[in-house]
Amino acid sequence: MNREEKLKRQSKIRNFSIIAHIDHGKSTLADRILEKTNALTSREMKSQLLDSMDLERERGITIKLNAVQLKYKANDGEEYIFHLIDTPGHVDFTYEVSRSLAACEGAVLVVDAAQGIEAQTLANVYLALDNNLEILPVINKIDLPSAEPERVRNEIEEVIGLDASGAVLASAKAGIGIEDILEQVVKTVPAPTGDPDAPLKALIFDSLYDAYRGVVAYIRVVEGSVKVGDKIKMMATGAEFEVNEVGVFTPKSLLLDELTVGDVGFLSASIKNVGDTRVGDTITNAKNGATEPLPGYRKLNPMVYCGLYPIDTAKFNDLREALEKLQLNDSALQFEPETSQALGFGFRCGFLGLLHMEIIQERIEREFKIDLITTAPSVIYDVHMTNGTQLKVDNPSNLPDPQKIDHVEEPYVKATMMAPNEYVGAIMELCQQKRGIFMDMQYQGENRVGIIYEIPLAEIVYDFFDQLKSSTRGYASFDYELIGYKPSSLVKMDILLNAEKVDALSFIVHKDFAYERGKVIVEKLKELIPRQQFEVPVQAAIGQKIVARSTIKSMGKNVLAKCYGGDISRKRKLLEKQKEGKKRMKQVGSVEVPQEAFMAVLKMDDNNTKK
Amino acid sequence: MIKAAYLHIPFCEHICHYCDFNKVFLKGQPVDQYLEALEQEMILTLQKYPTDQLDTIFVGGGTPTSLNAKQLEKFCDSISRNLPMSKQLEFTFEANPGDLSKEKLQILRNAGVNRLSLGVQTFNDELLKSIGRVHRAEDVYQTVENAKSIGFKNISIDLIFSLPTQTITDFKDSLIEAFSLDIQHYSAYSLIIEPKTVFYNLMQKGKLPTPGEDAEAEMYKLLMEQMEQYGFSQYEISNFSKPGYESKHNLTYWKNDFYYGFGAGAHSYVNGWRRSNAGPLKKYMEQIADGNLPIFQEHQTSKAEQIEEEMFLGLRKTDGVSISHFIEKFDMDPLQIFENEISDLIAKKWIEVKKDNIYLTKTGRLLGNEVFQSFLGVIK
Repeated sequence: MNREEKLKRQSKIRNFSIIAHIDHGKSTLADRILEKTNALTSREMKSQLLDSMDLERERGITIKLNAVQLKYKANDGEEYIFHLIDTPGHVDFTYEVSRSLAACEGAVLVVDAAQGIEAQTLANVYLALDNNLEILPVINKIDLPSAEPERVRNEIEEVIGLDASGAVLASAKAGIGIEDILEQVVKTVPAPTGDPDAPLKALIFDSLYDAYRGVVAYIRVVEGSVKVGDKIKMMATGAEFEVNEVGVFTPKSLLLDELTVGDVGFLSASIKNVGDTRVGDTITNAKNGATEPLPGYRKLNPMVYCGLYPIDTAKFNDLREALEKLQLNDSALQFEPETSQALGFGFRCGFLGLLHMEIIQERIEREFKIDLITTAPSVIYDVHMTNGTQLKVDNPSNLPDPQKIDHVEEPYVKATMMAPNEYVGAIMELCQQKRGIFMDMQYQGENRVGIIYEIPLAEIVYDFFDQLKSSTRGYASFDYELIGYKPSSLVKMDILLNAEKVDALSFIVHKDFAYERGKVIVEKLKELIPRQQFEVPVQAAIGQKIVARSTIKSMGKNVLAKCYGGDISRKRKLLEKQKEGKKRMKQVGSVEVPQEAFMAVLKMDDNNTKK
Repeated sequence: MIKAAYLHIPFCEHICHYCDFNKVFLKGQPVDQYLEALEQEMILTLQKYPTDQLDTIFVGGGTPTSLNAKQLEKFCDSISRNLPMSKQLEFTFEANPGDLSKEKLQILRNAGVNRLSLGVQTFNDELLKSIGRVHRAEDVYQTVENAKSIGFKNISIDLIFSLPTQTITDFKDSLIEAFSLDIQHYSAYSLIIEPKTVFYNLMQKGKLPTPGEDAEAEMYKLLMEQMEQYGFSQYEISNFSKPGYESKHNLTYWKNDFYYGFGAGAHSYVNGWRRSNAGPLKKYMEQIADGNLPIFQEHQTSKAEQIEEEMFLGLRKTDGVSISHFIEKFDMDPLQIFENEISDLIAKKWIEVKKDNIYLTKTGRLLGNEVFQSFLGVIK
């Protein structure tokens, strides 16, 4: 293609994402768009194609991003090239979302006609606005009896401040309004600007490890073009490679000779390490490349750490392999071996957030069939010792003796919450409980308030998000960024089972909350640990001092009297089930401890806040 | 050889709050057709899996005595016609106190029924009401008296403990009433809340005040103590009798022997196959009408499963598992196969091994499931 042809083609490209709350119909709409653009025959059509991982389907969220190229013949008679870029939908992955939005010029905002705007949507709409995206509101599920499109239209105008007069009324499920949406994409979403002859600037918005091709980077070409055989450079890391393949997903992968301005596709270049294709980084030419990278790149550091231990100690190496495999696709995942007296050999792992942690844990259990014990998540503490040295502690049980500590600093985040007026009280109460420092409050429009607090990250990783959701009926949106470390009066709380300290249950807590938490956790453990052959005392201690105690009683009775009319299979199943439950427990000293107990510290607040 | 048969009558006039057995409201049901299907099933089964003679027949439900006199007579006739009975036959009918008239008793007696198992559950009228039973304590005394007068000399009653709101004193009172009956056998079960029951739904809503694990254990200990005191020996986890009155039918299950199972939803263990019948009446009768056995599921037990079952069923008996019988049956020594498990359980004081027997200790009886589980999955 010559320059002229490239520019003409460029004018027909439309790059967009879909922004929606869980259950508001993003995946269904994506399916309909694929159908409408004949990307797939109906036989090939797997429902909700974009969410490809099982786990994503079950949780209804998208973890890995996908991008597809579609051809659409518009009513003006012209054929357009669409790139539909999918985005994950959780605060842990805010940065990834922002990068995939940065690959677009527009976003389709899907709002449920019955439910209206919900919290998660807002944060992403703001991300899209930050990236100067054109937003196309769509009111979905208008065929529901409870649909109130007009109310929702007003809400979009009031809450977000968008002009919703042209919002498409749609039902992705029933296939209503799909063509209108596509026509609006053509008319409203701007074509990519950028010079096809300039030095290459391509944004990496995701990557994936493929056993045959190495790392495959998902890219958006912003300036210039990239061909097979080109020498390229990653601007953040300086690593250089030779391009083996470029192409697009239709959604099947289709190899091309060249990607040019506006194209969204993939690139492989015998890249062995996923760390070389960092999300947000800019790819340029190795020689005579761009001088300035694209804006917005950030190196992702884990925020949350926890220990992962195989229940079956013989599976330590399997666990290592599993983590290595997952890391190929997930540069944000970090791990190194550690040992626990209670749990044996395992790994201390770093994650972007709690959801990221849960997903990795579930994938290991499901895809690699390794039963795990996960210890409660922790942040990294900066420990200043009396001898002047400094220590970073990511495992509570490694906190040194109090006498040796001068002071401890913990990470704080700036937490931004947005919610309707009526929830301000609930949000402030929660933030106070979580040791938050009030910073600012702003009214946005008639019924919306933005609240800013500085909160210790440790409080966020516990169950802040869940509690925020439940105290605001899901209407609060939430985002946070790390702002640095501040000194705090923190102490280590140890837990003793049957008078033996269980290192994996230790946690770090603010002095003022220590007694209260100690009491709650011993009760919680009593609930979670099944009765044992002998009575087991559960104690919480700070240093040598016991601050709380409960007792797990010895087993009373466990024998099935009933005969079930000769149904022996049923008896067997029951016994097998009981036995299976035991397998998922960890023998700690003389006590059998179930997985959930190691996360008990997370559930402590249930008792306090549920009214 | 198959020496036991279970027959299921799935009709009830009232449904109890705890019952999850296969049963339906009697009213409007095709009872006569069902009895015909049941006879047909006996004929088909005996053709396919013949036996010389049966030592035990047990008719359960549901409520077998919800049949009217005519149906009962017809049903008994079909049993006599089709099932070969030995001279020492133990022939049990389950019955509800209250709907066992003298007429029905006489029919049973004439048909050769020689053992009655009455669903008494408790002698506390308030509790009876709250668990959905319609009989009252008074009916029990009357029914037992009638049965004796007709000539029944082997009577058993079922008791349930750990009922919602039941106290230890309540249960003790029930036991005292039970001992006053001068009968030969008791079965006592702790209440188990099963899905698809009124109680289960209440429990899900947090509205079922059960006495709890500790009270349940206390009641069970009290039961064992009282039975011993009144001269009834515990021959199995839930069963107590005067010497010589152990239920042969019950023991069939715990000895891991074969048994037929006739009727909708009935279970059988015949020549190494465990089977269950179709539960819904319509389905059950249709399959028979088509000339087939009404099998819903079947599974041939592997040798490993047979061995496991020999252990977890056998250990329910006070005598436990006979080592010599085990070796004879499987050509393997249980003390070798389960060496680690057995030494671990002995250390916990849950089982003992003496002479030819492996059996539960008194503590072990309370924690039977913990013991039984140990034997699962050991043989690969």
